[in-house]
Amino acid sequence: QAPAAEAPEDGSETAAADAPEGGLIAAAHADQEATGLRFGLGRAALPEEIAAWDVDVRPDGSGLPEGTGNAWDGEALFEDNCASCHGSFAEGVGNWPKLAGGDGTLADEDPLKTVGSYWPYTSTVWDYVHRSMPFGGAQTLSDDDVYAIVAYILYSNDIIDDEFEVSHETLPTIELPNADGFIIDDRAETEYSQWRAEPCMENCKDGVEITMRATVLDVTPDEAVEESAEMDSGTVVATAAPAEDAAPVETAEAAAPTEEAAAPVEEAAALDPELVKAGERVFNKCKACHQVGDGAKNRTGPHLNDVMGREIGGIDDFRYSRTMEGMDGVWTEETLAAFLENPRGYVKGTKMAFAGLRKAEEIAAVTEFLKSHAQ
Amino acid sequence: GPDPLITELQDWATGLGAGVDEVPYGLPIRFEDDVVRRNVEWLTADTISSINFTPIHALDGTITPQGCAFERHHSGAIELAKSDYRLMINGLVDRPLVFSYEDLERFPREQHVYFCECAANTGMEWAGAQLNGAQFTHGMIHNMEYTGVPLRTLLAEAGLDAAGDFADKWVYVEGADASSNGRSIPMEKAMDDVLVAFKANGEALRKEHGYPVRLVVPGWEGNMWVKWLRRIEVMDGPVESREETSKYTDTLADGTSRKWTWVMDAKSVITSPSPQAPIAHGHGPLVITGMAWSGHGKITRVDVSKDGGITWETARLAAPGTDKALTRFYLDTTWTGEEMLLQSRAMDETGYVQPTKAQLREVRGLNSIYHNNCIQTWHVKANGEAENVEVS
Repeated sequence: QAPAAEAPEDGSETAAADAPEGGLIAAAHADQEATGLRFGLGRAALPEEIAAWDVDVRPDGSGLPEGTGNAWDGEALFEDNCASCHGSFAEGVGNWPKLAGGDGTLADEDPLKTVGSYWPYTSTVWDYVHRSMPFGGAQTLSDDDVYAIVAYILYSNDIIDDEFEVSHETLPTIELPNADGFIIDDRAETEYSQWRAEPCMENCKDGVEITMRATVLDVTPDEAVEESAEMDSGTVVATAAPAEDAAPVETAEAAAPTEEAAAPVEEAAALDPELVKAGERVFNKCKACHQVGDGAKNRTGPHLNDVMGREIGGIDDFRYSRTMEGMDGVWTEETLAAFLENPRGYVKGTKMAFAGLRKAEEIAAVTEFLKSHAQ
Repeated sequence: GPDPLITELQDWATGLGAGVDEVPYGLPIRFEDDVVRRNVEWLTADTISSINFTPIHALDGTITPQGCAFERHHSGAIELAKSDYRLMINGLVDRPLVFSYEDLERFPREQHVYFCECAANTGMEWAGAQLNGAQFTHGMIHNMEYTGVPLRTLLAEAGLDAAGDFADKWVYVEGADASSNGRSIPMEKAMDDVLVAFKANGEALRKEHGYPVRLVVPGWEGNMWVKWLRRIEVMDGPVESREETSKYTDTLADGTSRKWTWVMDAKSVITSPSPQAPIAHGHGPLVITGMAWSGHGKITRVDVSKDGGITWETARLAAPGTDKALTRFYLDTTWTGEEMLLQSRAMDETGYVQPTKAQLREVRGLNSIYHNNCIQTWHVKANGEAENVEVS
C-alpha cells in the first residue's frame, strides 16, 4: 500500500533529493520505510514524561513500582474507595462487578467471572486498580494503597491470607487459579475449516418451527414512538425547550450585582455561572453514584435535585445508612460543607464511600453547582 | 377523493422556510427524532461505563452518521482539546517521541471506510431471542470513512531497529481517559492497516468517538479501537490488560476461554423489515434490505431466506463489497401478506459463510458473550409487524 499520492507538499523535502517518478512525497515515504529516514516530526519524549505515562504492568511483574501492602490495611481502603460499587466483601453491588467468588463456575450455565475465578494474572489486577480505579477518581491511590487493595481482593478470593505482604517482588509469584484456563483463538481450526463451504440454497431443512420469541421476555426498552408521533403532528417548536432551559442562567448572570456579590448571600438567588461550571467539573467525582438534572434518579446514591434545603436523609424511597436516616436538619451550605469535607466524620457509618473534598473551593463550587439544580 | 395535500394550498408552499443563518450546524429534521441512539438500562450498572446502539433499523446506505453511531465508554466521553493533545510512542523504538495534533496532520495521510463492531454485538442473544429490534440485537456497529496516518508511518518515525524481529513484538495502545482501556496488538497488524485517525465522514471525530484522535483497527473488535489515543508502546509481549483477559475473552462450554479473538467474522442482518421497522404498506412490492460485513475482508455475497432457512435466494449488493467495511444488500420482492421468517447469510472473500446460532453453540456453548455472528431471524406477521425469534 503506497499512500503518498495526496500527501501535503511540505514536511519531507529533506529526503527527496533523487526522487524517481511518483513525486517527492512518495519517494520520501518509500525511503522512510526502506532506510529509516524520517519526516522529522514530533519531539523527543523526556524520561519524566515516559515515566508519568508508561505505567503498564506485565505478568512477570515488569513495570511494578516498589511498594507493599496487606489485606489487613486493604480492608479499610477498600471500604473507603471500592465498597460502594463492589461491596464490602468484594461481592458486588447491583450491576457493578463482583470481584470475589465464583470458584469453579466457569463451565456452569451462568459462570461467575471474578478475579479469583477467572482472571489469569495478578499483574492485571494491580495495573487496572492503579490506572482506572476508583471509578471517577482514577490514579488517586498511592502505590502502597494499590498493593493493599489488591491484597484485600486476593484475600477475599481466599488466594492469600490477611497478613501476606503483597509487594513488587511477591505479586508476580502469586498464581491465580484460572491462569491455565485460556487458549489462543482457535477459530481457524474449529470453525473456519467447517464453515468455508458452498452453502445450501434449497431444501436445507425439513421444516421450521419458532422455538423462542423476544417478546415473551419483554426486556426491550420502550420505543418512544408515541413521543415522535406527537412531534410530527403537533406545533411544538424544537427550539423552545433549550431557550427555556437557558433562561435561569441568563437571569442569574444579569442579576448578579457586583457590589452585593462580595457580601455573604444567604438566599443565593443569583448563581455564579463560573462557579457553577467549576462545580460541574468537581461533580465528576460524584457522578459514579449520584445523578442530578433532568430525569435524575436514585442510583448507588440518592439523586441530588433540590438537595439544598432538603431534609437530611429525606428521600423516602432511598435506603440511607441508619445514622443518616436518624439525623435531623436540612442540607444547607454549612451542613453540606461539613459532610463533604469529612463524610465519615460528619455521618458516622454513612454508606457514602467517598473520602471527601479536601479543598474549600471545591466544596463551594460543587455546592453552587447543586444549587443550580433547584426547581 | 382528491388529496387536500395536493388540492389545497399548504403553508410550506406559500410562506417562507428557515434562513441560511438559522442553523450553523444542523441536526436531522424533527420528524426524524426517533432515529437516535438508545441504551438498554439493565445491561450495565451505569450509563457512564456503558454502551448504546446505532438505530440501524432506520438507516440505509453504508455510512453511519456520527451523531447516531453507537458509543461505548469505560469512564465516560471526555473532552480533550486538540491543543491539549499529546501522542507518545515509546518502548522498543530508536527514539521515543511525542507528537502534537498538528504533527499528526503533517504526515502523509490515507482514507478508508471501515466498520467498527463491538465484540459484544448480538451478545445478549446467545441464550435465545431476547431484544426486540435490530438496533438492540445488532446496533453495536458503525461504519465510517476515516482520515488518518497509518500507524506504521508513526512507528517508522520513532524507528524500529530497536524492536528487531517483528515476529514476537507487540504494540500496547492506551487512551487519555480515566479507563485508558489499554490493549495489546501484534506488530504484524500494527504494521498492516491500523490507522491513527482524526477525521470521520469528513469532519472531526465526535467527542464520544475519541476526539481528537482514535485508533482504527480494521476488521478487529471495537474495544481495540482505542479512543483519545495517547500512547503507543512497542513491547516484546502483550500486557494482558483487563480488557484482554477478564473481558473480551470467550468462555467455551467446558469452562476454558479463548483469548486473542480479535477478528470479527462475517455477519449480516436484515434491518428492514424488522421489529422497529415493520411493513407499514400494503401488499405488493417490498424492499428487504440489510447490511453485511466481515473482518476478514470483502463481502462477496448475501443470501436471504423468507422461510427460516429452508430456501435461499441471493440478494443484490448495492455496491461490490470493500475491505472490512459494511455492504448494503437489497432483495426487491413481492409480499402478499404471508408470514415470513426472514434471515440473511453473508459470505466473504475467504469463502466463510455466516453460521447459524446452532452451529455456533455447538462449538462454543452458550457463555461466550462475545463474537456472536449468528444468522438472525425476524418473524414477519400477516399485519406486517416483525419480531425477533429463534427457529429450529
